Amino acid sequence: MQLDASTLPALARGCAILGAGGGGDTEIGLLASLQAVEDFGPVPLVDLDELPDEALIMPCGGVGAPTVSIEKIESGDEGGRLREMVETLWNRPVVALMSAEIGGSNGVIPFVWAARLGLPVVDADGMGRAFPEIPQVTMEIAGISPNPAVMTDERGNVIVFRATDGDWMERMERAAAVEFGGMSWSSEYQLTVEQAKAGAVVNHAVSLAVRLGTVVAEAEHDPVEALAREIHAAQLVVGKIVDVERRTTAGFVRGSATIEGLDADAGRTLRLEIQNENLVALEGDRALAMVPDIITVLDSQSANAISTERLRYGQRVTVIAFPCDPIWRTAKGLELAGPRHFGYDLDYAPVEDLHALA
Amino acid sequence: MPSPDLRLGVDVGGTNTDAVVLDADDRLLAKAKVPTTPDVTSGIEGAIAGVVETVDRSRISHAMFGTTHATNAVLERRGLRRVGVLRLGGPATQAVRPLFGWPAELREAVSAGERIVHGGIEFDGRELSPLDTEAIARFAGEVADRADAIAIACVFAPVSDEHERSAEEIVRKELGDLPISLSSQIGSLGLLERENATVLNASLIDVARGVTNAIAGALERNGLRPVTFFAQNDGTLMDLEFAIRFPVLTIGSGPANSIRGAAYLTGRTDAIVVDVGGTSTDVGVLVRGFPRESSFGVEIGGIRTNFRMPDLVTIALGGGTIVSEDALGPESVGYRIRDEALVFGGSTPTLTDAGVSAGRFRDLGDPTRLDHHAELLASSIARSDTTLADAIDRVKTSREPVALVAVGGGAPLVPEDLQGTSEVLRPDHSEVANAIGAAIASVSGEVDRVFHLGSGGREAAIAEASQEAIERAVAAGAARESVEVVEIEEVPLAYLTDPAVRIRVKAGGPLDWG
Repeated sequence: MQLDASTLPALARGCAILGAGGGGDTEIGLLASLQAVEDFGPVPLVDLDELPDEALIMPCGGVGAPTVSIEKIESGDEGGRLREMVETLWNRPVVALMSAEIGGSNGVIPFVWAARLGLPVVDADGMGRAFPEIPQVTMEIAGISPNPAVMTDERGNVIVFRATDGDWMERMERAAAVEFGGMSWSSEYQLTVEQAKAGAVVNHAVSLAVRLGTVVAEAEHDPVEALAREIHAAQLVVGKIVDVERRTTAGFVRGSATIEGLDADAGRTLRLEIQNENLVALEGDRALAMVPDIITVLDSQSANAISTERLRYGQRVTVIAFPCDPIWRTAKGLELAGPRHFGYDLDYAPVEDLHALA
Repeated sequence: MPSPDLRLGVDVGGTNTDAVVLDADDRLLAKAKVPTTPDVTSGIEGAIAGVVETVDRSRISHAMFGTTHATNAVLERRGLRRVGVLRLGGPATQAVRPLFGWPAELREAVSAGERIVHGGIEFDGRELSPLDTEAIARFAGEVADRADAIAIACVFAPVSDEHERSAEEIVRKELGDLPISLSSQIGSLGLLERENATVLNASLIDVARGVTNAIAGALERNGLRPVTFFAQNDGTLMDLEFAIRFPVLTIGSGPANSIRGAAYLTGRTDAIVVDVGGTSTDVGVLVRGFPRESSFGVEIGGIRTNFRMPDLVTIALGGGTIVSEDALGPESVGYRIRDEALVFGGSTPTLTDAGVSAGRFRDLGDPTRLDHHAELLASSIARSDTTLADAIDRVKTSREPVALVAVGGGAPLVPEDLQGTSEVLRPDHSEVANAIGAAIASVSGEVDRVFHLGSGGREAAIAEASQEAIERAVAAGAARESVEVVEIEEVPLAYLTDPAVRIRVKAGGPLDWG
């Protein structure tokens, strides 16, 4: 499969759906990738099976504030600098790029760089969704080292980080991202195809995003229904946003959105707990779905995903939830990105135990 | 001789040009509605002539205009200037070049060349990279023979316009008197949308001059010499000089004026406003006397922008909407309604027919012509009510039932007991609500940028932003003692350990008559 002007819009739409409300606005990423394939040609999407076991994969993406990224768009050369330094440090070639995070704009950015570098992108990612912190990747759970991490800005500055663990990597990179102007570009957790195949990544994440985007774009009657069926999602509520509340604490956007049911759901009220992404869906005291499962707010008409910063009163929405990659349901996965990691006093319950899925 | 105390309001629409005269107490003294003419100016002249014959024209001290002319010029690619597009942000931002994604024909009509040069600002006001002054001079020289305007957009210009100002100076030195549009004066955060708006603005300079000349001519031929203002997208006023420099800010003034006009006609400051026309209906929200603005980018002619525009839901429903067994529009008989609707002897069932059949329009056409269509018309008016109720619910700001103001020629189509509304107000003169909205618009100032939170925290940042907005409103002509902050919006910047927040504050007040 190749990604070009005919498939990138579907990818961007799918990345927004997998983003659980986070990962940044996909619109600029889409424009950048469309320009890249117009200038440099389409990007091959390769399966792990197509690559030699010892080949080095470079996960990559952006680190920073989405509000900065709508002003300070990338130069396009960042990926080339990351590759150069990663190859120097590993003393071997990078064979393919990979989205560290398929959710939001980070799912699209590697295609901007791959087109320029003439490299393929692996049909996999490190989350299967979006998360806010650097070590919240499947490679961390699989015991892959985040080192060496490489970070660059649009000017050409390059930093190499060696951290004692993932949490320190998060702290150091975050500080550097602020110094670079609120937005920067990085690669951590480089791995071989063999390690990836052994379960360190979420396989087929890119083709899933493209498929979801295509299903929504091509649905003849009810795109929400078509999407829910394709992804085996539970429809938590069909309703209208009646309240949105946001505040900043500890460097994140936290808040909640309240959705009142309409039609068949009339009389129901659902509250979404938000911390950059949609983390928990509550009806009264009862949790209907929770992180790391993916909770996404869709426009009821178009089935386009609405990111958390764009939620507002009056929108007609359908909230869906679908299972995360199984690796997030392991003890290590839940410790890293379960409800308690985000400060919710909840024991994780898989969405399919709480609802019948489509 | 009485002192000058009257205001003239004019709305130049695509179909009609409306004019009104109000006195100092905002009382309506005269109104007129004439067809818009291809040359614009004779339509304006006719509308003004229609209102000044009954008042003492020497008393008209102010004239306020609203128009959809700029929108139509973009949609029809008519009278646009060729613009040299300069972006300050290199080496960042090259992944999406200027005008990428524009419809090819519009880009061809508008662009005289694009260039990204080194420069730009960070969110905290630091320099992204030093400004490449030589590259700017070079670009100016290259486009000198084909550009008749220049647009300059700098990364984080809403935080600091320093680089845009320096670039403007260099271009001015190279190209002399060419019009230059700066993004810091036009849009808020979002580089690509702001840049698009700046380019459109530069290309619309002649269109704005054309309209302002037409206005000047029409005023002169009517023997008037008022202070003249233009209505903006958000329902507030700018002076004529400003309108020539920032025509893009007039692009959404039509709906904004009708919302303000509805406020005037009813005395409400908070309400839903439904403007029912012949082909479509705009549903907007009046919040504390101002139209609520869209928080999403607005597309115009296929281009993403971040204009300050009223937050509207537009539905294909109007007096001319064609009805059938299984559909309500979207086709409309439009201006042919007087020939085609059943009540007027035509053969096309329309919503007007359904309205007459339901007893909502009085003394319109010949109701006996509807006898054979009772069932169709009854189901159509029911469908129309549901569609309206749904559109109204979409724009509501709270769960509470709200007052609704129905204006426009098709206003009688709005039923008395609409779900989610506390009352339906149907003011007199609602057919000239647009022109009234222009006449009574207030003067505002706005601030929208990223604040670095220092020791004072967000309270200090909001206070600083509010003061700036008030000063801008006063500078624009508002009476200082009555200017107040009408809107505060904060967007925290996620992920950053160093706290920063984007604050948007708007202040506004009535015109200073002194």
